[in-house]
Amino acid sequence: MVFKKMEIPKHSKNHLPVMKPFIIRGISHKTTTQWLSGFSPWIIVILIIPIFAWPIFANAGGNFTTKTAFEALWKWVPFLFLGGFLFNILISLFAMLFGTIAGAILGLGQISQLFLIRKLCWFLTQLFRNSPWLVILFIVLLALPFEIIIFGYIISIPDWMKAVFGLSLPVMANISEIVRGAVVSVPKGQWEASESLAFSRQQTLWRIILPQCFKRMIPPWMNWYAILTMATPLCSLLGVEEIITLSRQAMEAENNHPELLVPFYSFALALFFIYCYPIAKYTVYLEKKFSVKF
Amino acid sequence: MTQWTPKQPIVSLKDVYKSFGSLEVLKGITFDVMKGEVICIIGPSGSGKSTLIRCINALNNIQGGKILVKGQDLTDPNLDKLELRKNVGMVFQQYNLFPHKTAIQNIMMAPTLVLKQAEKEVRARAELLIKKVRLEGKEDSFPGELSGGQQQRVAIARSLAMNPEVMLFDEVTAALDPETVKEVLVTIKDLAHEGMTCMLVTHEMGFAKEIADHIYFTDNGIIVEHGPPRTFFSEATDPRTQEFLSQIL
Repeated sequence: MVFKKMEIPKHSKNHLPVMKPFIIRGISHKTTTQWLSGFSPWIIVILIIPIFAWPIFANAGGNFTTKTAFEALWKWVPFLFLGGFLFNILISLFAMLFGTIAGAILGLGQISQLFLIRKLCWFLTQLFRNSPWLVILFIVLLALPFEIIIFGYIISIPDWMKAVFGLSLPVMANISEIVRGAVVSVPKGQWEASESLAFSRQQTLWRIILPQCFKRMIPPWMNWYAILTMATPLCSLLGVEEIITLSRQAMEAENNHPELLVPFYSFALALFFIYCYPIAKYTVYLEKKFSVKF
Repeated sequence: MTQWTPKQPIVSLKDVYKSFGSLEVLKGITFDVMKGEVICIIGPSGSGKSTLIRCINALNNIQGGKILVKGQDLTDPNLDKLELRKNVGMVFQQYNLFPHKTAIQNIMMAPTLVLKQAEKEVRARAELLIKKVRLEGKEDSFPGELSGGQQQRVAIARSLAMNPEVMLFDEVTAALDPETVKEVLVTIKDLAHEGMTCMLVTHEMGFAKEIADHIYFTDNGIIVEHGPPRTFFSEATDPRTQEFLSQIL
């Protein structure tokens, strides 16, 4: 038997250029990790020249040379790395852990069916997503007590823990948006198919929607980890003993020669770059890999 | 819930109104479907066919009138939607298979999660269903690895796994390549011959003519004309029906 096939006006995918998002030429729309992963080695080469040249220009007439400046830095490298940079990593890991847990809860709250919860989670997300990180950090530092008493025991809260808490708030808000965005990006047909199979909303969310979201959330999540790591020097303003704080201390110990400024801070910069660059590369790789689906 | 007996229509629509905002999509639709009957709803695009069929498993709410499915009143605010959807299976134009699950997992999910049936039993039934839709050997393929026609047949099997009493087909071949349309239609025909109550929105006139017990032609939110296929295609009286048929036949 022969079936007749008629022309069907398919639900048109829009190819009209007017419907496409307007892109302003010259403005980068790359995420931090996308930008970082495209970092050209030439930029490093170009940067190295002024770094080495700095002590010569900054030389205020003493006998301080590039060589002495870098010898001074070399002396402090173990102290800066082990005492400082590893602490930055520790802060970033803890802040990411708490931020992710709280953000996941907040993000699910944003798609709750209860109006009040949805609005509250939306408000918290927007509040912490759009506030300056440093302001949040200062509020947390000054608002939290430096010690708490539980059952007669005095437990002191070190500054770095407050910093972790303070940094985890903006991370939480951005993870919340990632979760919400990922859920919304799952085609509506998936919800309808689950509904028509008599799945409850909870079952649909946990068995159908979230498993599909998971992959899409990883690249933006890693992007935020890179941003967070690079934001950890903010803690130095709170007196947390991380790499920038220690760099300042080390330079003071070296009699505050202005020649030291660029070598020391460039060292910190280099450490952050070495740490974040592989993350960025891997994030972009995952982005490409996951974007093929659907 | 009112008691339902097989002598009553299994799906009954009475003066159904539906609007999206100010746009009226359905303007008083009335018809009955008896158990085992196969009906086809045809009509031009935008005439409300899909909306109509989506109202029957409460994916869309209606603003006026009444829909009864096996005695269950869909306009009842205390309607047990889950109970309703156990009775009504639905197949979509875009298949909507769960992309992270294999074909057989797609089929097994609802009976194990919703009906809480034993996994072993469900697997045995799912394997039978795979055979029924002629997809032996594709049990462990993911939807992305299957052709459109194969995906649509998995979707049909997935709905059947819930043992529904009514099957709704919403333009299930519209997104398919012409050469895979047939395999899906054959599957639906098998179902119809087994006595499954089927409601199809379709553009496949030849198929509708062959399979349907009753054809409804909708335009602009109302049923313009209806009848058994033999008379419907040859003796359409309304000018709108005639125009539609002349364009596609």
